Amino acid sequence: MAPPLLEIRNLTVAFDTPAGRVHAVNDLSYTLNEGETLGVVGESGSGKSVHVLAMLGLLPSPPAKILSGEVLFQGRDLLKLPEAQLRELRGGQIGMVFQDPMSSLNPVLTVGRQLREVIERHSDLRGAKAEARATELLDLVGIPNPGARLKQYPHEFSGGMRQRVMIAIGLSCNPKLLIADEATTALDVTVQAQILDLVRDLKDRLGTTVIWITHDMGVVAELADTIQVMYGGRIMERGPVRAVFRQPHSAYTWGLLRSLPDEGARAQRRLYQIPGAPPDMANPPAGDPFAPRNPYATDRCRTEVPPLRPASPVPGHMVAAWYDLPARLAAEAAHG
Amino acid sequence: MAGYLVRRLLESALAVWGVVTIVFFVTRVLGDPAALLLPIGASAEQIEALRDNLGLNQPLFVQYLQFLGQVVQGDFGTSFQHGRPALEVVMERMPATALLAGSAMVLGILIGAVAGAIAALKRGSLAELVVMAIALLGQATPVFWLGIMLILYFGVNLGWLPTGGYGTFAHLVLPAITLAVFVSASIARLLRSSMLDILREDYIRTARAKGLMPHTVFVWHIARNALIPVTTMTAILAGELLGGSVVTETVFSWPGVGRLILQAIQAKDFPVIQAGVFVVASLFVLINFVVDLLYGVLDPRIRAER
Repeated sequence: MAPPLLEIRNLTVAFDTPAGRVHAVNDLSYTLNEGETLGVVGESGSGKSVHVLAMLGLLPSPPAKILSGEVLFQGRDLLKLPEAQLRELRGGQIGMVFQDPMSSLNPVLTVGRQLREVIERHSDLRGAKAEARATELLDLVGIPNPGARLKQYPHEFSGGMRQRVMIAIGLSCNPKLLIADEATTALDVTVQAQILDLVRDLKDRLGTTVIWITHDMGVVAELADTIQVMYGGRIMERGPVRAVFRQPHSAYTWGLLRSLPDEGARAQRRLYQIPGAPPDMANPPAGDPFAPRNPYATDRCRTEVPPLRPASPVPGHMVAAWYDLPARLAAEAAHG
Repeated sequence: MAGYLVRRLLESALAVWGVVTIVFFVTRVLGDPAALLLPIGASAEQIEALRDNLGLNQPLFVQYLQFLGQVVQGDFGTSFQHGRPALEVVMERMPATALLAGSAMVLGILIGAVAGAIAALKRGSLAELVVMAIALLGQATPVFWLGIMLILYFGVNLGWLPTGGYGTFAHLVLPAITLAVFVSASIARLLRSSMLDILREDYIRTARAKGLMPHTVFVWHIARNALIPVTTMTAILAGELLGGSVVTETVFSWPGVGRLILQAIQAKDFPVIQAGVFVVASLFVLINFVVDLLYGVLDPRIRAER
């Protein structure tokens, strides 16, 4: 088997705040194979965005601090790479698409300029050739009349169109790895569906590996091969999308899935709500971070952090839990 | 755009007219210039004759209308003190004021921009602390006090530079530095705070995620956006300095417009006060107009609104 494109080992990231040191990512490890699409799910503060920013050297330091870990991209540790070499990778081999297209583009430069600057940075294309590539990219992401659009400023684009521009920037140098952070969250569902189609299409054609960060289970179901559910800076569950959706082994995953509206369900049905609030990461709970909100938590959950272990016979399906969720759910069902 | 230009020009004319009108009536409150212009012991008849001569005996409103009629033709009357057209007296002083204001602005912008950028980019360093402490001090120091201290040290104690006057480069150094201190302090503090705001913007993260070189990020993404608020501040400062820095010009006996207006007020030389204020106000309005146009160049969002 080919070595993984990306391997994260024991990554721990903290922020020094006036309230003390906050651990945003705790001992995170996972691998990503070439061509794979990973959907990373979690609520705000789960560490899903912070860990990718950290591995690309994009976290402001201070206050952020990478306390430990390795991030191997094609065998090279990004965390040890000099800034100049990391710069070569960013925007080139690793494309990044940020959330909030309203603020992620520079308001005073034309869209064409913002596309050309990344093309010229990472390729030999200059002048008219770079311009042609920029036009091609806008066309690729489905922006009509790309030649004229290049001369316009971000405020002349709608939110959906700006997000497409961001995706064009992320894809401009045919990256091996595309990281999208809540790239469709700000968009309405029709535009979101178009963009997901576009990404799937690009993935198929270019074989791009994708990390898609979202809090939307629906998006993951549509796009990802593997789902990784994060909470409190840790992986709660991870595995092939179908296996995890069919039978979640983490109470958090189960809660997230239950809070999705069922297709065709009566509109009156109240959606499930995970009780409690996300943990205060300055004073994280001992043990499993989700334990305080977990009705199935055991005493051990409250004292000892569960390791990630195989959850089911499905290869790659892993869970971090001391309790046996399917058994508990089955027992509940049996008792009515 | 054409409609916008016409509207702005009309607004500018209105602003100048407003200032000129206010100054006309305020000067009339200053007192009677005739008594001051004649030697002590002049008879009441003599004073009355001079008042007649100067047109001060007519009803105020008639004086105002006559004044406006003249102003439209570029005539501000004859200076009581100098016996020459008031506008000419004022314009003679413009080169000195422009030279001082220009030198102070150039020096102040250069120092302020470098200091502000260092403070923003070296966030949390000793350099930032030192720059900001000096800038705060520079902004808080009264200009007259700084001027006098510079004269005492470099002019009197060391004898390196003249204590006042006008003519050579050496005469320019101390007054220009005095004004530049305030200008650079203001620009440094504003530039730092606007750069710090911009550094937190998402598009700066985007620029870094694109792997752009640090100088590209700095020039095109940070500085290019920070320029917008700094331009406003620069324009306001330039307007103030071109209006004649009364205090600095007085401390350094610099023959500029500010000092001229001050002297004219003391002598109740109405035509010179009016001509001086007209010139200063016009310049201020003109600078604001230019800055408004510049905004459109700097910020495409503003261009779109027009």
